[in-house]
Amino acid sequence: MSGPEACIQIHDVYRTFKSNEVIHGVSLNVYNNEIFGLLGPSGSGKTTLVKMIAGIDEATSGRIEVMGTQMPKLEMMKHIGYMAQSDALYMELSAKENLEFFGSLFGLRREKLKKRIHEVMELVNLTSHLKRTVGHFSGGMKRRLSLAIALLHEPEVLILDEPTVGMDPVLRKSIWDEFDHLSANGTTIVITTHVMDEADKCHRLGMVREGSLIAVGTPDALKEDTGSATIEGAFLYYGGVRA
Amino acid sequence: MRIQALIIRIIRQFIRDKRSIALLIVAPIIVLSLMYLVFNGDTYQPKLGTLQLPSAISQSLSTNGAIVSTYDTVDEAEAALANQEIDAIIQLDGTTPHVKLEGSDPARNRSVMMLVQKIMQEQAPALSQAAQPPAPVFDYLYGAADMSSFDNFGPVFIGLFAFFFVFLIAGVSFLKERTSGTLERLLATPLRRWEIVVGYMVGFGIFTGLQAVLIAGYTIGVLGSLMVGSFWYVLLIMLLLSLTALSFGTFLSTFANSEFQMIQFIPIVIVPQVFFSGLFNIESISPWLRWLVHITPLKYGADALRNVMIRGEGWGSIAIDVYVLLGLSLIFMAANVLALRKHRKI
Repeated sequence: MSGPEACIQIHDVYRTFKSNEVIHGVSLNVYNNEIFGLLGPSGSGKTTLVKMIAGIDEATSGRIEVMGTQMPKLEMMKHIGYMAQSDALYMELSAKENLEFFGSLFGLRREKLKKRIHEVMELVNLTSHLKRTVGHFSGGMKRRLSLAIALLHEPEVLILDEPTVGMDPVLRKSIWDEFDHLSANGTTIVITTHVMDEADKCHRLGMVREGSLIAVGTPDALKEDTGSATIEGAFLYYGGVRA
Repeated sequence: MRIQALIIRIIRQFIRDKRSIALLIVAPIIVLSLMYLVFNGDTYQPKLGTLQLPSAISQSLSTNGAIVSTYDTVDEAEAALANQEIDAIIQLDGTTPHVKLEGSDPARNRSVMMLVQKIMQEQAPALSQAAQPPAPVFDYLYGAADMSSFDNFGPVFIGLFAFFFVFLIAGVSFLKERTSGTLERLLATPLRRWEIVVGYMVGFGIFTGLQAVLIAGYTIGVLGSLMVGSFWYVLLIMLLLSLTALSFGTFLSTFANSEFQMIQFIPIVIVPQVFFSGLFNIESISPWLRWLVHITPLKYGADALRNVMIRGEGWGSIAIDVYVLLGLSLIFMAANVLALRKHRKI
């Protein structure tokens, strides 16, 4: 490996809401094709950070570049797939209608749109529920449909905010297999999670606590450096609680 | 004990909800004040045009509270009547007073008739020596003696309902887009902010168009409201009024965080418009409040609807109202595009 190229570059980013600073000078590189996990408790600033990467929010100061383009930039939106913490679906519409709507926003048409809808629904194992009204879906099904929408336009960069909440372990595993598959085929994935065992599956991890990045590294390296057996132990170490 | 705990919790919640407190206290005060000002304003002074009337009668009309203008020719007087500069023309036909009323507002008609009858009683001895004063003859430029208040208010009400329901529904739907997170998802696509606003206008515009046809058709066809002018103009005005409500509602929804907060806008932005829409005589509203009339969309819509439905007028008399409504819609839409910056800068 002759130095992987950075797909996402975050340089000294601060974010202030009114007078409340929620991100304190985060700098970070996410490399091409990697699955990068942002690990931290709720309220630590993960969502704010990924929103800024996705170009929905703007940093108060500092710079964020995705594929060499400074964010936020409207043209970059079609290269990014974003899945928010809330499912953000139209409950009155069927799964298919939801997919068609968002697919059209990304410029997918007719045959291509049909093909992609079929592929993503297969992936999240919802093909048989295509025509059902989303309002009748269970929490986990909504989460999967939301993920399917994020994947629909085959984005180069996937930003997923807690994507596997409420999914059963079997499905969660198959979703993670798909993440590995996507990453092997050139997609860069940023995932936020507060589940420690899920963090283990990421190629590299960034630990976020109270708006600061407290550690970055591969899960193994983080465990080794702190002499702990688990990611949780490493998090405690960097968080200032030396066990 | 549990009830007490519940009561305390409700009190605490309520105290933290400043908006609901404001709605409970400030809004009724505002609405009651408006009603007071509307109903206790100056009494309406009928504006009369006289044609070769003895000066004794003219003077007596003035001292009894009318605003009197003197005209030399019938044409001048008729023109003033058609332009609503005056409410009626009075002339003497021998000894019989002849009164021609503008006719579109039953309240004004009544106030003119009462005044004329009172003057005739007073002036009777001077006019003729007969014991019985001659009964005045009334006729109408628009409308007729049997025109009901509903004929007069009908156009205002159809405008009002179109405006009110579109305002609420559009506002709440746009709000839902925000609270459900779908707006954020929309903003994570290449969709531009103005495209969202225009999409909403057109999508809802289709339904408001349908609503316009139904409300206008029902009022005219079923309720039999007076309808002299073109139905197409009525539809055009209603559609524009709905578009104004649509853009206004979606814009205001930016300042609400829940459906309930959207409802709280009603006494602030809908009820005052009712007062200024023409249900009440604008001239009897306190002068220092009268300027508000010029910024109420409903007033323009209601004026245009009345011109078409009661007076049967054409494009010339509604053009300004149409342009104002169109302009207001565009302003609110632009404001909404700017307001969405709160969620995404680009």
